Amino acid sequence: MSIIEAKQLVHEYIRRDEEGNVESIQTALDHVDLHVEPGQFIAILGHNGSGKSTLAKHINALLMPNEGTLYVDGKDTKDEKNIWDVRQTAGMVFQNPDNQIIASVVEEDVGFGPENIGVPTEEIWQRVEKSLRSVGMWEYRAHSPNKLSGGQKQRVAIAGVMAMQPKCIVLDEPTAMLDPCGRKEVLRAVHELNRKCGVTIILITHYMEEVVDADQIFVMDEGHIVMQGTPKKIFSDVEQLKKYRLDVPQITLLAYELKKEGLPIPDGILTREELVKILEQQVK
Amino acid sequence: MLKDITLGQYYPAKSVIHQLDPRVKLFGTMLFIISLFSFRGIPAFVLATIFLIWVIHISKVPFSYMVKGLKSIVVLMIITGLFNLFLTPGEVLVKFGIFKITYEGISSAVLMVVRLMYLIIGTSVMTLTTTPNQLTDGLEKALMPFSKIKLPVHEIAMMMSIALRFIPILIEETDKIMKAQMARGADFENGNLLKKAKAMVPLLVPLFVSAFRRANDLAMAMEARCYHGGSGRTKMKPLHYDKTDKIAYVTLISYFALMLVLRFVWVKYIV
Amino acid sequence: MAIQLDKINYSYSVGSAYEVHALRDINLTIEDGQFIGIIGHTGSGKSTLIQHMNGLIRATSGNIYYNGEDIYAQDYDMRSLRSKVGLVFQYPEHQLFETTIFDDVCYGPKNQGLSKDEAGLRAFEALKSVGLKEELYYQSPFDLSGGQKRRVAIAGVLAMRPEVLILDEPTAGLDPKGRDEILALISKMHKERKITIILVSHSMEDVAEYVERIIVMNHGQVMFDDVPHEVFRHYKELEKISLAAPQVTYLMHELREKGLPVDVNATTIEEAKSEIMKVLGKKTC
Repeated sequence: MSIIEAKQLVHEYIRRDEEGNVESIQTALDHVDLHVEPGQFIAILGHNGSGKSTLAKHINALLMPNEGTLYVDGKDTKDEKNIWDVRQTAGMVFQNPDNQIIASVVEEDVGFGPENIGVPTEEIWQRVEKSLRSVGMWEYRAHSPNKLSGGQKQRVAIAGVMAMQPKCIVLDEPTAMLDPCGRKEVLRAVHELNRKCGVTIILITHYMEEVVDADQIFVMDEGHIVMQGTPKKIFSDVEQLKKYRLDVPQITLLAYELKKEGLPIPDGILTREELVKILEQQVK
Repeated sequence: MLKDITLGQYYPAKSVIHQLDPRVKLFGTMLFIISLFSFRGIPAFVLATIFLIWVIHISKVPFSYMVKGLKSIVVLMIITGLFNLFLTPGEVLVKFGIFKITYEGISSAVLMVVRLMYLIIGTSVMTLTTTPNQLTDGLEKALMPFSKIKLPVHEIAMMMSIALRFIPILIEETDKIMKAQMARGADFENGNLLKKAKAMVPLLVPLFVSAFRRANDLAMAMEARCYHGGSGRTKMKPLHYDKTDKIAYVTLISYFALMLVLRFVWVKYIV
Repeated sequence: MAIQLDKINYSYSVGSAYEVHALRDINLTIEDGQFIGIIGHTGSGKSTLIQHMNGLIRATSGNIYYNGEDIYAQDYDMRSLRSKVGLVFQYPEHQLFETTIFDDVCYGPKNQGLSKDEAGLRAFEALKSVGLKEELYYQSPFDLSGGQKRRVAIAGVLAMRPEVLILDEPTAGLDPKGRDEILALISKMHKERKITIILVSHSMEDVAEYVERIIVMNHGQVMFDDVPHEVFRHYKELEKISLAAPQVTYLMHELREKGLPVDVNATTIEEAKSEIMKVLGKKTC
């Protein structure tokens, strides 16, 4: 059974003037289909305003579709009585690390989710320890979040979601506000959760370097999913990616440029090793 | 400058005081304040001082932290001191013009300044050894009986703890926006009152906008983590009294009783 | 010789147990018309450094000269320095406050003491140069997209007609499209208006493509100060302070190790392409 199954999702933001008349309608999601298997690492790309954040908020039942249905672990998100189950199954990490940490001590923040869903005290502590360890932040349990770096704060936020024992975590541009070190820390933590704990990951990002290890990539543009496939497949089509105003990893771009110059280089080169190997063969 | 404010600044350490139930600390602080405003005479003063120093000592918080809080009320202390010094009637010691200093004036000035100092230090002990969340938990539990008369106790407590978490962030933000506007030629220091007030607009508007954005984000993040008010919620750090708390209560009450004894018995019979 | 820093030291929380020595003996000369990148990880002192350049932070010791004048001199006009050395902070869109975009951009020129007409003229010019559509000028800045807001905020500093423009991570938090637009805009300003540009960034790739000089900061000190390919030559040392050279630099070094006679100084995709083609192109033809 799939963990996330979206069928023909439509979401419209309706802006009204003071009298309540419709001023403008903006279609953020336009008949989107999405299918995610448990344990997958999914990346969603797209420029700002392409609808990816709107999609993410649907998975956590923070937004409801105007049309279509979304099943999270078999539960319809539109059903009022499923709402807490859905939010427990699919946790969410946001962009700004400061604005999602509620408590003034790291461990208390991680315990916030379990408290809300009524987990017994003793188990809360077990969960807090386990999730803080899983992101490598256990040593910081008694610290104030204000004294942590951006990457550390974001890992605390991830631990806060992990403590609810979700099957799936949606991360909405978790690295956009971080420096390169912080980005690496967060990515490493997310990959580890995926590998070791089998948590399904849906990563929304602008940084192409972060998605080369994903199982599947979805590219969104104007509320549609316009490209879909393995990283290799997605990055084979450099022209298409440029059309959607997306970045291409430097190495992929260089390989593509060299190919245009006439060198026999295959499409979808993702890593330096690959390119070095191919160029080496050329010499021989 | 703005960063020096210690309000809601928790000092992490492992001490008996840190581990006490916040209700004990709330009760203790209240008792201490009452004792401050009812005591009289040197012995009571000595007892309060010893008690305070002892508590600070076992709290393992550096003394300099306690004193930091005093900086902000220096002006208030001076004014209080002067008022008491000059305006207390009694046995005149020195006299210049209409001002006269009396024996009672000196003693009540010293008393008031000491009281204020101890009050601030005493509450600092509580805020430095209790996380804002524990404090609000303590308040929430202590005020719970009032929820029967429809007082939104849980909501108030939650609001307080969030406010405390965001104060340092907003202070930092104020600093940043101020600098950014100064880079655009803003002048926050010169000019008359009206001009100064007008100069605050470019600071306050962005600050409000940012506070609203943060509030919005935070509400969403809380909802995403299944927050739905106080019902059905469990506690990670539930409050229950253990042996140390009981000992603390006994200690506090004995301290208070001793102060009362000094206040009434000592003053009446010995002096 | 626009800005000269002479033995700048800066410490905060002086006297307390938390004293931090944020800058140590910084000697730098920023020449007129240069396009400079300042790189360093969080806490390396780069943000503190740039705030010294327009007098927002006062050095604990040392001197700063702007066009030969000591900015710490008694009668030096600090506010006029701030209009000559424009500083765009991180997430500058957070400083917008007026009801219309146009009024917001006028704020700087008005603070300079310009008349309403003159300020308006400056605002108009600045908004035009950041490429904002004219029909947006009288709308609220809060209705714009993230990238647009940032451009308005940059215009707010540009309207003061600075001679030096310092930008603290101008692309942080933007999507690739917004990133490219902002960098193109900065590069255009440098070319057309001959403004001195100082770009603070985390991204070596961005910096390598645009700047002519890189200053690497570490622990409050200048670690490297040279043209990009010379700095990237030290990629192993850069890694030690958790920075990295552009991917291309690594690739060129690896190719060299495998025996391809490529020039390891290539730092951009363009350069790398022509280098590889020089070596391989001949053989295939």
